[in-house]
Amino acid sequence: MKNAVSEAHAKYLRRIRRDARTVVLSRVAVLLGFLSLWELGADLGWFDPFILSSPSRVLKTIVRLYADGALWLHIGTTLLETVLGFLLGTLLGALIAVLLWWMPKLNRILDPYLVVLNALPKIALGPVLIVWIGAGTASIVVMGVLVSLVVTTVTVLNGFLAATDEKQLLMRTLGATKLQIFTKVVLPAGVPDLISALKISVGMSWVGVIVGEYLVSKAGLGYLIVYGGQVFKLDLVMASVTVLCILAALMYYAVAFLEKKVRT
Amino acid sequence: MQSELMKLENVSLAYHTLAGETVAIQNLNLSVLDGEFLAIVGPSGCGKTTVLSLIMGLMRPTSGSVRFSGKDLRLGYMLQRDHLLDHRTVEKNVLLGLEVQHRLTEQSKARAFELLDTYGLGDFRTYKPQQLSGGMRQKVALIRTLALEPDLLLLDEPFSALDYQTRLNLCDEVCRIIRSEGKSAVLVTHDISEAISTADRVAVFSARPATLKTVIEIGFPKDMPPLERRSQAAFHDYFDRIWKELQP
Repeated sequence: MKNAVSEAHAKYLRRIRRDARTVVLSRVAVLLGFLSLWELGADLGWFDPFILSSPSRVLKTIVRLYADGALWLHIGTTLLETVLGFLLGTLLGALIAVLLWWMPKLNRILDPYLVVLNALPKIALGPVLIVWIGAGTASIVVMGVLVSLVVTTVTVLNGFLAATDEKQLLMRTLGATKLQIFTKVVLPAGVPDLISALKISVGMSWVGVIVGEYLVSKAGLGYLIVYGGQVFKLDLVMASVTVLCILAALMYYAVAFLEKKVRT
Repeated sequence: MQSELMKLENVSLAYHTLAGETVAIQNLNLSVLDGEFLAIVGPSGCGKTTVLSLIMGLMRPTSGSVRFSGKDLRLGYMLQRDHLLDHRTVEKNVLLGLEVQHRLTEQSKARAFELLDTYGLGDFRTYKPQQLSGGMRQKVALIRTLALEPDLLLLDEPFSALDYQTRLNLCDEVCRIIRSEGKSAVLVTHDISEAISTADRVAVFSARPATLKTVIEIGFPKDMPPLERRSQAAFHDYFDRIWKELQP
């Protein structure tokens, strides 16, 4: 941070720093408070740890999974499916957005279908996918793709159209072709929208993949959660959810980091 | 006698909407002379901007014709808003038109940068548009247009989105630039004072459908800057004449 230029400014800077510190400390306090209440409640018998598990049991489960080598298998499976679903969904979604931008008539014709597809809970298609594609990884990835695809298309297309409205007249007065309008104005202006779409679809892909794993899978965090629920091993469920929390947060921050890089 | 650069002959234009047909311009005859600054004033919504779109070729007249003195006459259009691209620096914005028209050479680039230097924007070449004031942005937009070396500049209310002080200063500066570059220009405005302070001739349009009511010759020397014109005694006489013409 910059050095103070006056007494009052120093006071102002101190206040800003103090506020920032308070926020960070409070965040840590919330987490620690939650974890210790949970642990304490289990130890003191406020609730049955067999049903609600406890932080120490979650930790033990994760360590055990790590020890017998299963942890990386499940994390790897889910992560691979999610990253694949996310990348394919975003890429396809962006390409469809480009196509619809290029052909306004097609966009007009397909608009109601896009609206319906956007509103439809894609998860409902799960059983259909299994029948069509088979009970395996492919179905799970396709689920991840489907869930992120439509939202990407809609977000990116709207970004493109907004940029077009704005600058179309200027480009026409300069005598620009459609391709030039796209490459020089619409695409660069659409980059921030593309990144907001990434942020949304990264979360969406997790949803798609976990649900996909609920339906068909032999490995993965979604599989562990369902399996744990079925055999009443709530420690396993909670441990998987905890790992999932960490992974999802890491992936979100990776995209947010990318966003910061691109914007500056 | 100056030669005619561009001529509108019996031009009419009708817009079509679901509700019907709106005649925007009716039997318009108007020419722009080489080296002149022509202002068009008229009530708002009367189709002044449409005239510029017709000259630019963005629209085709329903009847009548738009003629130019030479086939390869180059046109430059300046819009009400600067429309600078946020993701490009000032210098990249200035080169946009040249890029689009595949005329970006070392020479044309050097000339565009020279314009930036001459008109006080040289130090801002690597800035992003968001870092500039409204007046500076509009000046960058003008240089983007001038970089194309147009023979005829079409100015579509280029100052109306600015605050009053910036507006007077920028108008003064833009006029100097246009005069010193020896360009011909058509300025569309609803501001009578702006028209008198910039133009050699003022064309007064009627309300829709737009017809040409009259053309008033402004007797100030061509190179007298707008702010100086505003303090002349004759300024108010011109104002009154145009004001009366504009009354329905």
